[in-house]
Amino acid sequence: MDGYSSMLPSAGFSSIGIDVAPFRLSGTVYGSLLNHRSALAALGDAVNGPPYKAPPRAPVLYIKPRNTLAAAGDPVRIPAGCPELESAACLGMVIGRTACRVRAADALDHVAGYLIVNDVSVPHASYYRPSIREKARDGFCPLGPSVTPRERIADPADIEMRTLIDGTLVQAASNRDLIRTPAQLLAEITDFMTLAPGDVLCLGAAAPAPRVRAGQTVTIEMSGLGRLSNPFIGEDA
Amino acid sequence: MRARVAHAGAIHEATPLEAPGVIRLADGRVLEEEQVVWLPPFEAGTIIALGLNYADHAKELSFKAQDEPLVFLKGPGALLGHRGCTRRPADAAFMHYECELAVIIGRTARRVARAQAMQHVAGYCIANDYAVRDYLENWYRPNLRAKNRDGATVLGPWFVDAADVGDPGKLELRTFVNGTRTQQGNTRDLVFDIPFLIEYLSSFMTLQAGDVILTGTPEGVTNVMPGDEVICEIDGLGRLVNTIAADEVYGR
Repeated sequence: MDGYSSMLPSAGFSSIGIDVAPFRLSGTVYGSLLNHRSALAALGDAVNGPPYKAPPRAPVLYIKPRNTLAAAGDPVRIPAGCPELESAACLGMVIGRTACRVRAADALDHVAGYLIVNDVSVPHASYYRPSIREKARDGFCPLGPSVTPRERIADPADIEMRTLIDGTLVQAASNRDLIRTPAQLLAEITDFMTLAPGDVLCLGAAAPAPRVRAGQTVTIEMSGLGRLSNPFIGEDA
Repeated sequence: MRARVAHAGAIHEATPLEAPGVIRLADGRVLEEEQVVWLPPFEAGTIIALGLNYADHAKELSFKAQDEPLVFLKGPGALLGHRGCTRRPADAAFMHYECELAVIIGRTARRVARAQAMQHVAGYCIANDYAVRDYLENWYRPNLRAKNRDGATVLGPWFVDAADVGDPGKLELRTFVNGTRTQQGNTRDLVFDIPFLIEYLSSFMTLQAGDVILTGTPEGVTNVMPGDEVICEIDGLGRLVNTIAADEVYGR
């Protein structure tokens, strides 16, 4: 095992480990949309057209609430009538101490560690309204397999990641292509919203996100963080 | 009807006494409401909010009614108790309050039908959910910078048991800024009512005890400035007081 295992806050998850601060999760996971160059590029000129009318200025954030959290190995259920889901690999930063109005220069001092996040969504073409029905479904945020302490990751902006479906490589990406670095993102966000110990901030995923069908298993590997595997099954399986 | 307050080094449950502004802690101490620090009246889980859920307010903001609820989520750092201060950033031109009925879930709800939905409600409180309109962007709108700011979602003063509220679909809401009534509405005018919202949300996400649904605000939102006292009232739930504070208070 690469790091400390982290117990998730609600019952019913299969992960076990030492449930101690600062590695215990609070249950709130924040995501960053369009923070990877490929994701913004995929929209092209559409960012200037309706309904957006302009590219994003502030970080585009969303929340994966506690019902979405799942551990390594937990099945992700594909809703009836939905042929496939998106599976977006991103690095999650676990906050270690209260982060309020932090400066980029010392932002990473507020991080306890890192983990792999599989940000699952029902595919959706519009980012105009918060996509709660598409992103906040039960079990749509597998994360783990454990929290790797900050000291073991030299630079979170230099993490390589690979997504495999049933063992076949479907995406390779790097945090070197993030628009805002982890430190910049923390500084901008904590100017208006405080992050608490155990909160997770995801840094943003590359586009296009791999699509997954029932019966397939998604494995995300990141340098220094291990691998996170979850089977995808039909909702009523 | 109960509150969570901090007093003399500990957090207490408090209940109202008949005399206005007087409360009793669970240990028997009787205090004026100014003598305690009011916290949000329950430990919130997932915070779910509705936009444009009163037809008149949607019209006020030039939106046409939609066929699906406009739902967004908030983080726990946004929460604030009764009699607290909410920061107004100096560069903002328009920051407004939103008086809302908050519905607190008491029992796990997964794929609950409308007819059974109300059995999952533990109680209610008043919410005042501020927005800074200058920061709105058309990406996952309303975006977190506009709607998920530290201390900009005020809850309280009381958690009121569902059994003590009567019909939550007929409650009058009012907001006063410095004593002048600026906002008025009634929960009978909700576009999507409480049973619908519980059925809708629980169709794709399991609601757990402590999760809270802020059901939206009627028309009458106005700009507020540092020093303004904003009071939100809902029939049977009390009055929720908040004061707007300037950047200087926060060393900015």
